[in-house]
Order: sequence, then structure tokens, then C-alpha cells
Amino acid sequence: METILGRFRNLIVLAAILFAQIVGLAVQVKRPAQQGDTRLIRVWAVGAITPFEKGVVNTQKFFYNTWHNYIYLRGVRRENRELRAELDRMKLEQVRLKEDAEMARRIQSLLAFKEQHIDSTVAAQVIGTSGSDQSRVLYIDKGSKQGIKNDMAVITPNGVVGKVVQVFPESAQVLPINDQLSGVGVTLTNTRLQGILRGGPNGTTTVQYVMADERVVPGEEVITSGGDRIFPKGLPVGKVVDVKPGRDLFLSIRVSPSSQLDRLEEVLVVTKVMEKPPDVHDLGPIRVSDILAQRLPTLPDKPQVDAAGKPITAQGTSGPQGTPAAGASASSAGTAASGTRPGAPGAASNRGAPGVGTTTRPATATNGLDAAGAAAIGTRTTTGATKPATASSTSTGTAGAAAAVKKPGTTTPTDTETQAPLNGASASPEASPSRASDTAEPKAAKPTEENAPPRNSAPSKPPPDNPQR
Amino acid sequence: MTTRAMQFRGSLTSREQVAVYEFAWPVVILVPLAAVAIQAFLPVRVRFLPILDLPMMVVIFFAVARRNPISGCITGAIIGLLQDTLAGPAHPIGMYGIADTIIGFAASSLGVKIDVENPGTRFLITYIFFVAHQGIYFGVAHGLLRQSIQWSWSQVALSALANAVVGIVVYGFLDRFKRR
Repeated sequence: METILGRFRNLIVLAAILFAQIVGLAVQVKRPAQQGDTRLIRVWAVGAITPFEKGVVNTQKFFYNTWHNYIYLRGVRRENRELRAELDRMKLEQVRLKEDAEMARRIQSLLAFKEQHIDSTVAAQVIGTSGSDQSRVLYIDKGSKQGIKNDMAVITPNGVVGKVVQVFPESAQVLPINDQLSGVGVTLTNTRLQGILRGGPNGTTTVQYVMADERVVPGEEVITSGGDRIFPKGLPVGKVVDVKPGRDLFLSIRVSPSSQLDRLEEVLVVTKVMEKPPDVHDLGPIRVSDILAQRLPTLPDKPQVDAAGKPITAQGTSGPQGTPAAGASASSAGTAASGTRPGAPGAASNRGAPGVGTTTRPATATNGLDAAGAAAIGTRTTTGATKPATASSTSTGTAGAAAAVKKPGTTTPTDTETQAPLNGASASPEASPSRASDTAEPKAAKPTEENAPPRNSAPSKPPPDNPQR
Repeated sequence: MTTRAMQFRGSLTSREQVAVYEFAWPVVILVPLAAVAIQAFLPVRVRFLPILDLPMMVVIFFAVARRNPISGCITGAIIGLLQDTLAGPAHPIGMYGIADTIIGFAASSLGVKIDVENPGTRFLITYIFFVAHQGIYFGVAHGLLRQSIQWSWSQVALSALANAVVGIVVYGFLDRFKRR
């Protein structure tokens, strides 16, 4: 017996160690760690490794900052000039976006929506990885002592990074969106299709559960849908780079993440997300016609000529039959515009944006507000309809009504100026056949089948008991 | 001079005896820790580094230097378990442990038989052991845990090549810690 034990001592020890580890594996599979629990051995190991990593990162950062902030300043002046120019451009862009944002807030208030705001974040440095090709988890240098908890979203200014899965006193483990275990609820911005973003074995990210008959094109932006209750809605996730048929009648949509997940250095952990109704107190009174008016970009004023060829000097663009819309009441002008223009909001939604070719959901057409409202409540709309500045859904007559119902402080010229760049070439009648037909042609006022007023289009007059007023 | 000599049981080398090395305790503790820490830290800065497996190289080095199978499999188990603890939550502790235990045992058993001091041999054993390591890991993940991970021969072959090349450098560095 002793001889056998001595002879096979090495193999016996090997078998014993392997057996112990297999039993340990079986225990872990049988009883996985509960949410929030962390195995003690992991705490010890992370506690032993992270001080070393923090030290290396801080040392590296010190030398990097010293070099780049005090020594290597080549090209800083040129970069400064470029940034100033960029800032000027951004200011102009901000003016336009502000109008859109106010309009969106009004619509949200009408629909009793609650906005999600990122209330507070904690900046953290990436100090390590799993070190394995099979797992893509990251370690950050902030932990429970800094208020980090499980399932908190981790982002960068470019987009979503992942979520916190394990928290240690001085560090935390982040599961990035390209890990195989990750899942993020996402929305495709143009088509408003929703799916789940999952990581692949090679670090790729794909959107799953989108039906194969949907049209998704590369280049489309992907944002968070907020449905997973971890990531606030609307954070950029990435861009579609490839679309091909997947399994079980679903598409396999490969997405290139906005955040450079393989070279992250600093991240933000979202520690608090607030939900509150949109604040519209400072936005003034609101009417549906106001929303429509701001929703629809105006055309540049064209000199109107009467039958004799003399220019008409009336302000605003002309309504149907050449009647200046500004002279008519807001309600009647809005009705006429909606009823006579193929490009009016309801009609535009019904037909889909020209040149876009994506499908339109009937729910959008019956929504009397606009496409953005429908999109916000989960219905899918046309690409053109969701873009306020897209010219395909505009109508001269309605725009004229818009000018008539502008509330004080909101000037039409501002709208025109700020939206003109986005309208681009299609803003001119010559650029688009549909737009050419949208100009004030008298025959457009005839109530034909094609241009009949859509149901639930803009109300004919402002509601007298509108609580928002 | 703490180098001991071990009588060869086989005839796979022309030398009658091979040296058995020992290491100082700080080296035994700090080198594996440093390997795991570097393996965890460097991919933050160097994108391709996850294809390297520094802890496995350390296991092979200690195993072939000591030429003791029991010591080799214990070293492999400890380093592998340490590596497991840093992996993600879906990575049960023991997957790398099992793989490194077997590699440590095999490397030390091989070290008894053949001379593993020259770079050519080191390149070859690192290449072979890396493929074996990946195979064991895949077997544990797929066979025992039913995890859906993919096996790619080309990726494994390229990773093994990179590990074998880097391994020669790493072993050359670690040779300095051998007690003579």
C-alpha cells in the first residue's frame, strides 16, 4: 500500500487538487452568488491587486500630465483657435437646438411624460481588466466608499460603457456592453426600432430581436431606450455598421460602440438618475397649434405676385388661394393648411417621408400632435417625420399659420434662420417635387381625396379651456 | 549554492543530471502576483495584450525550474485561482485554476525528462502548453459548465506563437531570480 502511494504520489496530489477545484466549480454553479454578494476570495484578490494598479496609474498620470501640461505645448495656440471657432459654431447650433428642446418639452408635458435626468455622476479611472480574453470586465478606482453601487450605469461623454456588476470598498467591476453577458435596451434613432444590444465572443456588439423585414441601414445611430432601467433614455450607444439576417427571422445588426471600449481611461458612473415631469413653467402658454407651428419650418419668403404680376406686400407666406395666412385666424389657417397640403403633419406621416422609404405606423398618423410624440411613446415613425427640420413634411400654408399664432417672444425669422441650414437644398421648391407642389397653388385648396384633412390633425381653434394656458 | 542535481530517469537529453533550482520566498510570492497584476493592468493601455498569458508563463517557469510535479501543480493551482478571482462574475473560480494545475504538473514532469534551458526548447514547450491550456479551459467551460465559448484554431495558434516568443524573454528575465 505504501509503495503504491509513494509511486503514484504525484498523480494522487494532482487528482486531489483537481477534484477540489471541480467541486468548487460545482458549488458555484449550483449556488451562484446572489445579486450584490461578492465571494470573499474575490474581495481579497482585488484588494491585493488594486493598490498596485492604482499606484501605476497615478504614476503614469503624473508623468503624462507633467509632460503635456508644462512641457509639450506644441500646437496649443492653433488648437485654441480651432476650438474658439468650434465654440462659435456650437453657439449657433445651440440656438436652433434650444427651440427644438422647448418644443419637445411642451409635447412631453402634454403627454404627461417624465424626463430622466442624470443628476449626479462620479468620475473614475479605469485601472485594470480581467486580463483574460474570455471576459471583458474592467476595474475602476472608485468603490462603495465613493457611493458606487451595483447596476449603476457607466458612461463617457461619447456614449455608454457598461454597468457596475461588483463593488469593492475601493474599486468596482464594470461589465462593458461588448461582454457576452451584457444586455442593453436600445433604440435605432431613425426607424425607432427597439432591440437588445449584446456583446459577442470577439468583443463585437450586435442588436438583436429586430424583425428581419425591417429596413435598417448602416450608419444609423443607436441610443439607449431606457427600458432596462439601468441606462437613462437617449444616451448614445453606437452606430450601425453592418446588417445581415440573423437567426429565427431576426436581423443581426452589428454596432460600432461610440465609446472606445478597448482604450478607456476615464469614465463616469451615474450615481443618481432623477425622473421628473418636464418643467414648462418658463416656456409660456402652449397650444397644439403652437407646437405645430414650431414643428414646421418656414420657407424663405418669396415675393408673391397677383394676377397682374404685381408683388403682394402682405407679411407672411400665403395661405391657400393666395390669401395671406397672417391675415386669417390661426385656427382657420391651420385647418386649411392641414387639409390642403400633402405635406401637412398628418399627411406626411401617412405617406412617409419622400426619399426615406421606411415604413410608417398608423398610430403616428392618427396622433394629432406630431411624429416625435408618437416616437416618444414607443411607436415607430418615418425618418423624415421625426426630424423637425426635414423639409418633406412642411407646408407653406401651415407655416403661414404658424407665423400667425406665434406666441410673444418667439419670432418666425429666428426659426427660419436657424432651421434653414438643415433644410438645405430641399427647402427650395425646385429641389423637391413634393415641395414644389406645396407652394401656394390655388388648386391645392380643393378638397380632393388625396389632400383631405387628416383625422386628428391640428385643432381648428385653440382650446378655450386648455389647462396649459 | 542551493542548486541541487536530480538524476535523470530517462535519456531524452545528453546530460546525465539536470539542475533543480530554488527561489527566495519573496520571489515565489511577488512574481506570480506581479504577473497577474500586469496581466490585469496592461490591457488598459495595450490593446492586444489579452492574448498573452503571463501567469501561465510563470507557472511553466517555476514548474520546469523546480522539476517537482507536486510543487508545480500547487503553484499552478494558486496562480490560476488568483487569475480566476479577477475575471468577471460569470467566470466561476476554478476554470483557470484547473488549467494551470494541469499545466504546472505537466511542465514539471517534462522538466524532469528533458533539458528546458535553451530558448528553442522553451519556445516549443510554451507553444504546446499554451495550446493545451486553452484546450483545457475550453473543455472545462464547454464540458463542465456548458458555457458557449467559441474555439478558433487560428486564434489559438497565433496567440500561442505570441506567447512562445514573449515567453523566451520572460524566462530570460526570471532566470535572474534563480538561486545559484
